[in-house]
Amino acid sequence: MKKLWRGPAARRLFISLSVMAVLEVMTGPPGSTATPLAGIDGSFAEKASFFGLFAGQRWLLFLSFALVVFGIWSFWLSMGTEMAAAVSPARQLITVATRRKPVRWSFMLVLLAVAIILPIVETDPYWQSVMVEEIAVYVLLALGLNVVVGFAGLLDLGFVAFYAIGAYTTAWVTGALPTPALFGLHLNPFFAIPVAIFLVMLAGVLLGTPTLRLRGDYLAIVTLGFGEIITIFANNLYGITGGSYGSGGPTGKAHIPHFFIDIGPIKYHWTLAPVPYYYLTLVFVILFIVIFSLLEHSRVGRSWTAIREDEVAAESVGINPLKYKVMAFAIGAASAGFAGVITAAQSTFIFPQTFTLQLSINILVLVIFGGMGSIAGVVVGAIVIQTISMYLLHSPPSGFQSSDLYIYIGALLVVMMIFRPAGLLPSRRRRREIGMSEAGEGHMDEVLTGDTP
Amino acid sequence: MGAFGHYLTGHFDTLRIEFWGLLVGGLATGFIYGMVAIGYTLVYGVLRLINFAHSEIFMSGGFASYFVLKAVMGTTVPSGLATVWFIVVGVLVGGAAGALVATGLERVAYRPLRRRNAPKLAYLISAIGASYFMFNLAGKEFGRYNISMPQPYINHSVFTVFGAPVQLYYIVILIAGVIMLVSLDRVVATTKLGRSIRAVAQDAETASLMGVNIDRTIALTFILGGALGGAAGFLFGLGNGVVYTMGFVPALKAFTAAVLGGIGNLRGAVLGGLLLGVAESLSVAFVQAAYIDVVAFGILVLVLLVRPTGILGERLGRSA
Repeated sequence: MKKLWRGPAARRLFISLSVMAVLEVMTGPPGSTATPLAGIDGSFAEKASFFGLFAGQRWLLFLSFALVVFGIWSFWLSMGTEMAAAVSPARQLITVATRRKPVRWSFMLVLLAVAIILPIVETDPYWQSVMVEEIAVYVLLALGLNVVVGFAGLLDLGFVAFYAIGAYTTAWVTGALPTPALFGLHLNPFFAIPVAIFLVMLAGVLLGTPTLRLRGDYLAIVTLGFGEIITIFANNLYGITGGSYGSGGPTGKAHIPHFFIDIGPIKYHWTLAPVPYYYLTLVFVILFIVIFSLLEHSRVGRSWTAIREDEVAAESVGINPLKYKVMAFAIGAASAGFAGVITAAQSTFIFPQTFTLQLSINILVLVIFGGMGSIAGVVVGAIVIQTISMYLLHSPPSGFQSSDLYIYIGALLVVMMIFRPAGLLPSRRRRREIGMSEAGEGHMDEVLTGDTP
Repeated sequence: MGAFGHYLTGHFDTLRIEFWGLLVGGLATGFIYGMVAIGYTLVYGVLRLINFAHSEIFMSGGFASYFVLKAVMGTTVPSGLATVWFIVVGVLVGGAAGALVATGLERVAYRPLRRRNAPKLAYLISAIGASYFMFNLAGKEFGRYNISMPQPYINHSVFTVFGAPVQLYYIVILIAGVIMLVSLDRVVATTKLGRSIRAVAQDAETASLMGVNIDRTIALTFILGGALGGAAGFLFGLGNGVVYTMGFVPALKAFTAAVLGGIGNLRGAVLGGLLLGVAESLSVAFVQAAYIDVVAFGILVLVLLVRPTGILGERLGRSA
């Protein structure tokens, strides 16, 4: 009897029940300060139905879920090896196929074709603006963070700072901030692109040069602080950034203008309409994807891999770790800076409240979920997560509050790290590294803590 | 002297006049930072990892003590011995909640990864995820407004130091902080548990060969650090109220304090906390309140660049 109580089956049951209890509270109604227990109480006692098939108290529903999970888990433990063996030839086939160049290229072409026709097919204005503001821009941000976290293995928790610098530079160059514009010119946002990219890369170098000598967990905290500080400055320097009013507030001067082209006979003026912005951003997304994949397989990319896998060994073969880490910082920042330009020009106003720690974490989630180090992974990850989030915000299921999204995002990070640390579409190299590290070989990501002897 | 000279003189005048008041306030904040910093340092000692979710341990201590105190105190304003009782209850409840959350955290976000021998990046990410999960869940369940803690006393100045009033709140922090920090120091220095913590910190593999149960030691380390962090959450909440995001800034400061004193070093964490609290408080004379966080961050970067091992040096094993 005692064996049954403390045995592995009891443990599985306990874990299934507790996971479901947590899910129950996560998805349940909110509480409030005055009635702190209302949320938890409601989570268990409220009526619920499961696609109309089942009606009863929530706890009954989740109890049955827990039992189902327990059943599947136990079944998997007893039959899992046979089943895995049965499907392994099929999996092998897929793995081999995805490694072949023609397959990869046709996959990318299909993705591109879908991206091009999507705004024509989807005419709902909400989804059209989501495609620009929430998906294309986030793909850019995720691509940039992927260079830092995925390629170089550095954890940057203040990535939003570069996005903010890009956006504020745009406002500055186009003359929308209280501070005088660059050379007094009020330029087309196209001119903001090189200025913004230059400034964010400079910021990356300035922040990176002193801090990238540190071991990785210190780096995470320093970047976290840097992100916060940029927000503090943006929020408080009323004379320069417009403070908490943002650009164009009581102290600001004007809107940030839209992009326009006026070269000889070619004239085009972007407006608030999202579709033209979508195509503009798409061009740059493709550009960044191409640049970053070329980089990944270049000398620089190989150096990043070497540093990430074993910094000491990399240094011993003549790679200067600091130089390449700073490069990763600056190059990753570039795409975030560009994303800032797009956001600023498209929305015509920017506010410091946009650039929060929450945003940094959200971008990190896109990279982790998709698969750090894998460009296809982070693109797909960003599209999937952002689409789901925006769907939940647009048509929330009953009882869902917009801020609940962050709870799910946090939980997703933990679950990914437990079950699939290499991500949805893992980079082959990254997966191998994690496997090796788990087998106790190599020094992967020890950069991140670099045990000092 | 130019304009800048006048600017400085003006601010030094403020500093001279306000010095003692700022010092007392800074020391009180410093004790709270020190107590939170201990949590970072302990976990760092045994796991060589920064526990990114420590801020939420702090927050949970604040919330738990808020709800319990609200329930037991009602609307009365206690005085005398009752005050002492309620403070003890607050500290114990905060500490218990902190320990509980720390245990859960270790089980969910750390242990599965440790079993798999995951790369360090994975730990950092799962801890960040857990932190994000916890504070947003707290926001959902308990509301997103700052609520003030029921006050077990009427805050007033008890005595003065060179003319600067010392509030009762500061004295409460001082007494509670000193008792907890000294007992923690004794636990780590003299008990069997403390010895196993130090052994694991020095060399986990050898310690396990010598019969130290690593899993148990790590769990207890989280409990010790969590209890102190939770109690600090209560003390902080007494003065600043509780809100779901309350952990973020104090935890960032406490981490700075831990690094300043030498991460992995218990006494260093307290020293770093006090120094940071005072430095931050005195900087009020020079910068606007909004930029105080910038000062702490500047100190962190400076320490990391100039002396990354901190004032007292690293290593829990040797110096505790």
